[in-house]
Amino acid sequence: MAVKDRLSGNEAVAVAMKQINPDVMGAFPITPSTEIPQYFSGYIANGEVDTEFIAVESEHSAMSTVMGASAAGARAVTATSSAGLAFMWELLYVAASSRLPITMAVVNRALTGPININNDHSDSMGARDSGWLQIYAETNQEVYDNMIQAMPISEACRLPIMICQDGFITSHGVSNIELIEDEKVKEFVGEYEPENYLLKHENPLAVGPYGISPYYMEIKRKQAQAMKDSMPVIMDTAKRFEEMTGRKYGFFEEYMMDDAEVALVCIGSSAGTGKEAVDRLRAEGKKVGLIKLRVFRPFPRIPLAEAMCKVKAVAIMDKAESFSNSGGPLFNEARNSLYDLENKPYAVNYIYGLGGRDITVEDFYDIYQDLFVIYDNDDPGDVYRYIGVRDSRFR
Amino acid sequence: MTYSLKKEVEKKERLAGGHKLCAGCGAGVAVRGVLRALEPEDKAVVTNATSCLEVSTFMYPYTAYEDSYIHTAFANAAATCSGVETAYRALKKRGKVKDNFKFIAFGGDGGTYDIGIQSLSGAMERGHDMVYVCYDNEAYMNTGIQRSSSTPRFADATTSPTGSCSPGKIQNKKDLTAIIAAHNIPYVAQTTFTRDFKDLHEKSHKAIYTEGPAFLNILSPCPRGWIYDAADLAEICRLAVDTCVWPLYEIEHGTWRLTYEPKKKLPVADFLSKQGRFKHMFAKGNEWMIEEAQNYVDEQWEKLRKRCE
Repeated sequence: MAVKDRLSGNEAVAVAMKQINPDVMGAFPITPSTEIPQYFSGYIANGEVDTEFIAVESEHSAMSTVMGASAAGARAVTATSSAGLAFMWELLYVAASSRLPITMAVVNRALTGPININNDHSDSMGARDSGWLQIYAETNQEVYDNMIQAMPISEACRLPIMICQDGFITSHGVSNIELIEDEKVKEFVGEYEPENYLLKHENPLAVGPYGISPYYMEIKRKQAQAMKDSMPVIMDTAKRFEEMTGRKYGFFEEYMMDDAEVALVCIGSSAGTGKEAVDRLRAEGKKVGLIKLRVFRPFPRIPLAEAMCKVKAVAIMDKAESFSNSGGPLFNEARNSLYDLENKPYAVNYIYGLGGRDITVEDFYDIYQDLFVIYDNDDPGDVYRYIGVRDSRFR
Repeated sequence: MTYSLKKEVEKKERLAGGHKLCAGCGAGVAVRGVLRALEPEDKAVVTNATSCLEVSTFMYPYTAYEDSYIHTAFANAAATCSGVETAYRALKKRGKVKDNFKFIAFGGDGGTYDIGIQSLSGAMERGHDMVYVCYDNEAYMNTGIQRSSSTPRFADATTSPTGSCSPGKIQNKKDLTAIIAAHNIPYVAQTTFTRDFKDLHEKSHKAIYTEGPAFLNILSPCPRGWIYDAADLAEICRLAVDTCVWPLYEIEHGTWRLTYEPKKKLPVADFLSKQGRFKHMFAKGNEWMIEEAQNYVDEQWEKLRKRCE
């Protein structure tokens, strides 16, 4: 029987890790720190897991230890946030190019400048080109479920994976959750049996070469291929997960999209607020829908474009600014994916929620209102917009 | 068993020839010397910081190492090695690894004294069963001979060049061996290549087979940065030791001990004059530089002797 509980998102991730009982965890409490390593340390202290925990002196070393452990043949995990993820930056690329299937719980929080400990996606969006798989969650249940699916995906693709959730909103917010039985989790995740690793009896292994020009590009191309090939693995794992739990996952979730005229695309917990706005607008007879992107890496460009093409105007929401003068990261990739399609919708960008700025049902109302104006006037206006910023000159 | 260089070199090499290190470079000598101290039946994982050593010994698709090897970045060899060592303990506990492994990390002085010191300090404090080896060539040789915190005063390096307004590097060398000793780990030693390599061998063996973290600082001259003839490597090391520029000592469970005391302490100028990087010190009017260099070595030597009493 599945266990019903009430957990914060941090606890949910820690419980998933406990059920998995990985070989090694390396972690550091950057400001802002997540509670995941401390929950997990408690499990070790109480003998509930026998994972080796490395309390390192920095996030740079946290990533270094899990890279060493993973290359050695261990199932290795870490957790971080914000500046901690930024401090791992150079090593994120090394982990991915070394094809080390590390699982990292990312609690999305704003990058410093000024320092801010609240939620936005600037940390993991900044790492979007590092070669890591990225899966996001709307709720505590989803982040738990994603964590259970992380290792089967990552290890099959030999790519590291970030399991992302929204800082405070889900990480600290407590909600009802259905936990899977320990034995089922263990069976689902399975044993990690890498083909080659540093401690293998049969033969030594060398990891992390000087990759000179005649080889470097092929290594990168294979990494790109692995990212491409991860698409069916993610779907197969989701299918297997659905068979176990009845909970269905894909690259994204479509909410009231079948007959929608306008829609918005967003990532993470804001989808919950957005769905409330959809429900209210639907009650008023407005045909609105919502797409919640779960998998950002690999970017599901073809299926996502097809889903967006069901409507006439789409608002693409970014909880991260990329200072490109052409919109946020999700906007650029999602809008780009529409380019080759004939009946493409208007696509506009809203930057929102930076550094923990709330987004409300009313804000979503306004956005849907804007989309109907675009639809009626056949004119997108300025596609790069802000919502929730106080100064009206900067909206 | 008494040490015999002849016997030692008959062992199978664990760093194969054909790597791309320069003739007369100390790094390869250091690595071979340390790895020779491994008992033949033991396996090892070598970790390497980004360095001359790394780019010269593992250029894809060829590795010079007979053992498993990992390089990830510049600043984090100690952390990477501690991850490997922790995985070993985890997998051994779970019955997934049966062999005996030893863990040895190599970094240059840039990767150890400077950018890697935090990672090193963390690994030493946590108590991993590993050896960190600094092959100290006193500058960033891989990237173009820039000064590091290990570069001695007056050395001509590309970011502390000599000039009409500059005597070379302004600051004295950081005493990293003492800094690591202050972590109160079981074994710390300073060595280089002398005579029959006995000092290097014995310290390496102790470092590898002492349980817990150990640190070896090996003076490893660089012909390009120090500017000497390749054949002079051993002579320069001998002079470093006999002038007390690089004393040989060890700290075993907190006890400081000199492992070599020159019968006749030679003047520092004997060591400096062999190297192009100190050439300007011998120009007319720069006698004060040699005098100050001598005074500094004398002070440090006296301090060390007191510690070792």
